[in-house]
Amino acid sequence: MAIDGSPLPAATVVDLVKRYPKSAVNAVDGLSFAVEAGEVFGLLGPNGAGKTTTVGVLTTRVRPTSGSASVSGVDVTRDPVRARSQFAVVPQRNNLDRSLSIRNNLIFHAAYHGVPARERAARADELLDQFGLLERASGKPDFFSGGQAQRVMIARALMHEPRVLFLDEPTTGLDPAARLFVWDRLRELERRGVTLVLTTHDMDEAAALATRVGIMDRGRLLALDTPTALIRSLPGRSTVELATDAGGRGTDGFLAALGELPDVERVERLHPSDEDPSADAGETGLRVRLYVSGDAPLLVAPAASLLAREGRALTDVKLGTPTLEDVFIDLTGRSLR
Amino acid sequence: MTTTTDAEGIEPTSPGRAFRAVLWRDVYVTGGELPVFLAQVILQPLFLLFVFGKVLGTLGYTTRDYADLLFPGLLALTAVITGMQTLAFPLVAEFGWTKEIEDRLLAPMPTGLVAAEKVVFATLRSLVATLMMIPIGLVVLDSIPWDWGNFGLFAATVVLGAVLGSSLGLVLGTLVPPARINILFSLVFTPLLFTGASQYPWPSLERIRWFQVLTALNPMTYVSEGLRAALVPSVPHIRPWICLVVLVAAIAGLLSVGIRGFYRRALD
Repeated sequence: MAIDGSPLPAATVVDLVKRYPKSAVNAVDGLSFAVEAGEVFGLLGPNGAGKTTTVGVLTTRVRPTSGSASVSGVDVTRDPVRARSQFAVVPQRNNLDRSLSIRNNLIFHAAYHGVPARERAARADELLDQFGLLERASGKPDFFSGGQAQRVMIARALMHEPRVLFLDEPTTGLDPAARLFVWDRLRELERRGVTLVLTTHDMDEAAALATRVGIMDRGRLLALDTPTALIRSLPGRSTVELATDAGGRGTDGFLAALGELPDVERVERLHPSDEDPSADAGETGLRVRLYVSGDAPLLVAPAASLLAREGRALTDVKLGTPTLEDVFIDLTGRSLR
Repeated sequence: MTTTTDAEGIEPTSPGRAFRAVLWRDVYVTGGELPVFLAQVILQPLFLLFVFGKVLGTLGYTTRDYADLLFPGLLALTAVITGMQTLAFPLVAEFGWTKEIEDRLLAPMPTGLVAAEKVVFATLRSLVATLMMIPIGLVVLDSIPWDWGNFGLFAATVVLGAVLGSSLGLVLGTLVPPARINILFSLVFTPLLFTGASQYPWPSLERIRWFQVLTALNPMTYVSEGLRAALVPSVPHIRPWICLVVLVAAIAGLLSVGIRGFYRRALD
């Protein structure tokens, strides 16, 4: 909420519920959050978490079942026309106008939004240049790769100088170079003061770009904070992941024994399907993550000897610092994928 | 929350401006593919006119009178079918797989206006195609029936026919799922083509009563009959005022279903 003197939130969602016809569950289930002007807000969650639906409501394409949403102070259900001039959308899949050249995609978009004719061409050329598209400006979008189409769609979105830019999975399916290019452009926009709201199921993307991350699952917001604060909320400073083969005695006792090791703050059992659906750990094969307050490498030897005592063989060890993925696992018990 | 001072500072774009820009987009795209447009809209009525009006007449199977009553029927056919085709096929694709309509749905204008633009543009395209049939008729048939005294009725019926076709296109374009686009051709297009009284005057169907009833259900019949009343008044026809009333009612009905369908496809 806006405090005296501060600008209005760029986007707000209050008690938002969306249930699609013929669906047994709510796609969005009582969601509330506010995006501050100028920030990069990431909605992180697995596919089906309700991220795209939330953005759909904010961008006037999905009618909420209940609750409200507004962009730059304009209620999107009550005044969708006015709301539409506040934001722009970069959708998940290519929706460029195939009958128009790249340049005309930009120019007509500006015309729809009432940008005066004399400004359209200059602005289009500037953006085409900025996005490395000048050479292909007269081409039709049909012949564009996913990365190029994505660049065109971001450039198009900027033609009417929106206050808030919504990006739905902006780099899904892009090769690493294209992805970095898009990230760079988004960081530039952030510097220019454009508010960005992006959805992603990629924790790296959320961590790399977002000032604040809302973690969503099954239509609900589970946590909302800066990436650093979210990670800091986890127990421990680092993690050790251990995999063992089948064998040994009861699992519960083994997990408890791991928890007794020095510096271990928490033991989490990972389900094989979470990590890699194709991996078959067998009936008693086990993967656990230990959150450690001290140095993780020092824990490997005691853990290995504990395993040996339990009659299990160590098959894999991974050391790491917690990531947003761990935050998600901590909140839901499942991995993001 | 503070007052909406920020929101008040926003200069809303006028929906009329957005509407004109979206209409200009369609005109611009058509301009870029003019030969395709002409082939698409003119070939079919041209061949019908040539075979039924000229070839069969020259071979002695039909009379000059038949060519005269066929011509207004083919104008009706062109008006309705062009409007329908212009709207339905691209709309199914735009909602179904290209998604390219999304950028226009996000323009600062009411969603209903995007649908209205579709109808206006399809109507314009249909009017161009229909009026082009006049010189074509002059070339193929040497002369065409014409009566300046009934020009008002002629103009009103052509415009209503074009709007009727476009409204029908809006209904079909929002109703037909993309995977079933073939249905448009086989189950809608062909029956529409032959039950619209374009190749025969409706009152003469008295001898085939069931077919007469069936054709009375096709709103295109009233376009054909209205144009016959205007161009060949001596041929028995449905009374013009009935034609106009039925057409206005059919358009109102189709538009209300079509716009509702459009909203359903545009918003989740």
